[in-house]
Amino acid sequence: MPELIAKTALSGQSTTHAGTTLAEVNLGQITSIACFPGQMAAVSAVLGPFPAPNTHADGLCWTGPDQAFLIGRAAPDLTGLAATTDQTGGWAALRLTGPLAVDVLARLVPLDLRHMTEGQAARAPLGHMQMVLMREADSFLILVFRSMARTAWHELEEAMQMLAARKAL
Amino acid sequence: MRLICPLCGPRDRREFYYSGSEDYLNRPTPDAPAEAWDDMLHLRDNPAGVTRDLWYHETGCGSWLLVTRSTTTHEILATERVADRKGAGA
Ligand SMILES: [Zn+2]
Repeated sequence: MPELIAKTALSGQSTTHAGTTLAEVNLGQITSIACFPGQMAAVSAVLGPFPAPNTHADGLCWTGPDQAFLIGRAAPDLTGLAATTDQTGGWAALRLTGPLAVDVLARLVPLDLRHMTEGQAARAPLGHMQMVLMREADSFLILVFRSMARTAWHELEEAMQMLAARKAL
Repeated sequence: MRLICPLCGPRDRREFYYSGSEDYLNRPTPDAPAEAWDDMLHLRDNPAGVTRDLWYHETGCGSWLLVTRSTTTHEILATERVADRKGAGA
């Protein structure tokens, strides 16, 4: 049997323009946790505090009503409490860091991200793509469908290039 | 135009899919006469003023919203999640 290697969508590539860096990152395992009605407290007892809407903390990110992604660790047994689905291969994760990050995203996301603070998250479009957006201490973490990884990369890098060119004038 | 999603906050109209009148929430019972089904499926008011319709937060949280708005002033008067309505999901 040949040894099969799990590869990320963009082979971990990164690019830097005017001091702002876009890099694909490997978040490890991602599991969607969708609480059954009335079971959120019981799920929290097993997983840790279930994230409030539009927040993320400790590897748990809110992704919709009574729903979150568990990122970077294996899901515990939540039989009877929540529907759990493995999403690991379904998403591409991009980290955007640097002085142009907010301006780059302003070209693609219809939200005012200037005041987004660490620990906040959002479900919002990136261009026409579905996105899970997380604000970290010094960066934005962007999750898009894996099938959209190259499109997301293209749109983000194009915005980075435009802003870097304008800055160089 | 902006709609206020009760979960996500004020969001651009682009994030939403428009479904239609709130009439779709009021399904007749299975044994209701054909006229009642015909009403629900096909007959709509066309008010100049306050209307209530269903919007889907497509590129946001995935909630169905019931939006009360004015067709004359474009004012959004109220938004609520269909799932939060009494008896929803029962
Ligand atoms: Zn929403």
